[in-house]
Amino acid sequence: MSKYYLNYLDELESEAIYILREVWAQFDNPVILFSGGKDSILVTHLAKKAFYPAKIPFPLMHVDTGHNFPETIQFRDDIIKDLGVELIVGSVQESIDEGRVAEEKGKNATRNALQITTLLDAIEYNKIDCAIGGGRRDEEKARAKERFFSHRDDFGQWDPKNQRPELWNIFNGKHFEGEHFRAFPISNWTEMDVWNYIKRENIAIPSLYFAHEREVVWRQDSWIPNSEFLVLEDNEEIVTKKIRFRTLGDITITGGIESDADTLEKIADEVSGMRQTERGNRSDDKRSESAMEDRKRQGYF
Amino acid sequence: MLDNNQLLRFTTAGSVDDGKSTLIGRLLYDSKSIFEDQLQAIENTSKKKGHDGVDLALFTDGLKDEREQGITIDVAYRYFTTPKRKFIIADTPGHIQYTRNMVTGASTANAAIILVDARHGVIEQTKRHSFIASLLQIPHIIVCINKMDLVDYSEEAYNKVINQFEEFSSKLLVHDIRFIPISALNGDNVVNRSETMKWYQGAPLLHTLETMHISSDINKVDARFPVQTVLRPQSESHRDYRGYAGRVASGIFRVGDEVTIMPSGFTSKIKTIDTLKDSLEEAYAPMSVSITLEDDIDISRGDMIVRSNNKPEPVQDIEVMLCWLHNNPAKPRAKYSIRHTSNEQKAMIKDIVYKINIETLDRNVDDKDLKMNDISKVKIRTTKPLMIDSYRENRTTGSIILIDDTTNETVAAGMIV
Repeated sequence: MSKYYLNYLDELESEAIYILREVWAQFDNPVILFSGGKDSILVTHLAKKAFYPAKIPFPLMHVDTGHNFPETIQFRDDIIKDLGVELIVGSVQESIDEGRVAEEKGKNATRNALQITTLLDAIEYNKIDCAIGGGRRDEEKARAKERFFSHRDDFGQWDPKNQRPELWNIFNGKHFEGEHFRAFPISNWTEMDVWNYIKRENIAIPSLYFAHEREVVWRQDSWIPNSEFLVLEDNEEIVTKKIRFRTLGDITITGGIESDADTLEKIADEVSGMRQTERGNRSDDKRSESAMEDRKRQGYF
Repeated sequence: MLDNNQLLRFTTAGSVDDGKSTLIGRLLYDSKSIFEDQLQAIENTSKKKGHDGVDLALFTDGLKDEREQGITIDVAYRYFTTPKRKFIIADTPGHIQYTRNMVTGASTANAAIILVDARHGVIEQTKRHSFIASLLQIPHIIVCINKMDLVDYSEEAYNKVINQFEEFSSKLLVHDIRFIPISALNGDNVVNRSETMKWYQGAPLLHTLETMHISSDINKVDARFPVQTVLRPQSESHRDYRGYAGRVASGIFRVGDEVTIMPSGFTSKIKTIDTLKDSLEEAYAPMSVSITLEDDIDISRGDMIVRSNNKPEPVQDIEVMLCWLHNNPAKPRAKYSIRHTSNEQKAMIKDIVYKINIETLDRNVDDKDLKMNDISKVKIRTTKPLMIDSYRENRTTGSIILIDDTTNETVAAGMIV
């Protein structure tokens, strides 16, 4: 007799597919928030599975800060073509040009927080009622409290103390005009699960995740890539290192790690031996103890 | 991790005083699931607060308000992995005013850890947590008798708690109860076997969690497939494809099985069971698949595909154990939306049979209010039939939620009697 239970990756996959189908059934106009990072690539892959043999029945949406790795944009355009789905782009540069937000100043200036306005504008403009994200509960303590179906009021804000209870596998996506939801199909995955699954399924990911030679500068305990946006301090110098990125965000804030891992097997091995959390290399999370919670309350991913 | 490793979800209810946070911190720390930057952060906080050494309880700190008040309010999910299994902890508060959060955490759990302070023995809180675990039909209960270091690691103290627990738990419907004497503070019998309690012959907590048999936790007998959505690609390669997408709630479906569509009653045979990777010969819970049938039948979300020789009962009058989840109390004879698997109808609470006093477990037949955290037996009438099983038989097809249409909030969760 064959076994009648799923292993942990199959169970996580089945759960995510269930949630993606639930989103499609309960909302009129959902999108996948696509950043080009491994988590949103994974969600997109799972969506492909959820609706096969049909195409993914909703668009991907990219909040473009203008501070991208060129590789990320190329990867995004390739995947859109391959899937045959629509791409919606919300541009932070446009938000700045229209005076909706002001660029941060100083050495540690980033466009990270500015994305919130662009994201919420894009959600409103495109009448999106559910934005599907690749957030995981193991990433950060505010995210540990997220629901699979997470309500946002008509200002796009999250109220962590008044969340709808989620029992069993029954999800309540009912909402009023102007409100929207965020859905997180891979809530229960850890970083290690993501890599083990990407390896098992042999999912294509941007070359940035693999070890490669790159010009970088040592800043805030990690290797920040050289780019047209980088402003060097007096005591900093650009060096060439063999690095790879553990997470992908803006080119201005995403720190790389020194690594020789140039295959999915080697990456999974490396991650399993890691002693630092992956967001430890993200300067956006280092600003304060509740940096993520504060941004999420305002409408961040 | 090996390819056949399973996922186990467990819940821990309790407060800082019971040592819940210390226990979780200890599990994560001794199983080497804490990263250096996380450890660094709690070392800093421990110092700032003037604690001796590293306070492992700080690892479960949550939102700003929770940190300020030093309590757990909402369910927090935590993850760790050992070479044998992946674990999801639903870390829930233990206070009576957070009963609804406990119920939420318990709803998906394979196992519940119930903490008892060895000095105080079984108290009302223990009974309440055990009752919720049995009400939500958590298949395995592990009673951790904690703070054994404060009772000189005495076997007598341990046995006394077991006797107290068994005395009242005989009234509960739980199939698998185990007891483990631990000291979360010192790490005895959490991950590592205790050096001081040689008299305890059983396994430490982690080993218990790693090896308990959970494959039978899901009902494998009654084949139930609630349809979530219909897949119609209308592409060149799949012009006439019509797949019913869903997750097998229970039981096993095979190609060729004679099936009935509920509630319409039409019958057909399973033609294919599809996934992106390949077409399968069989699908079992909790797999997400797309099923096609031999015949063209009108099927939509909310319908259920079942095996023709084993059908659920279509009923409009149901009795449920209802936990009220919302600040707004129930309005008499008010209408709610009821959600049962993918099916949604309107429903009315017709009668409140009794309310359970969750401190004493007594039934009160006179109290007809349904306020937040109340657990009551109620009678519900729905506008159209639901295809139900009892919650005892089937956690997926035996559960419902109620939604208030004026606020869209989820206001109650129910287990069908």
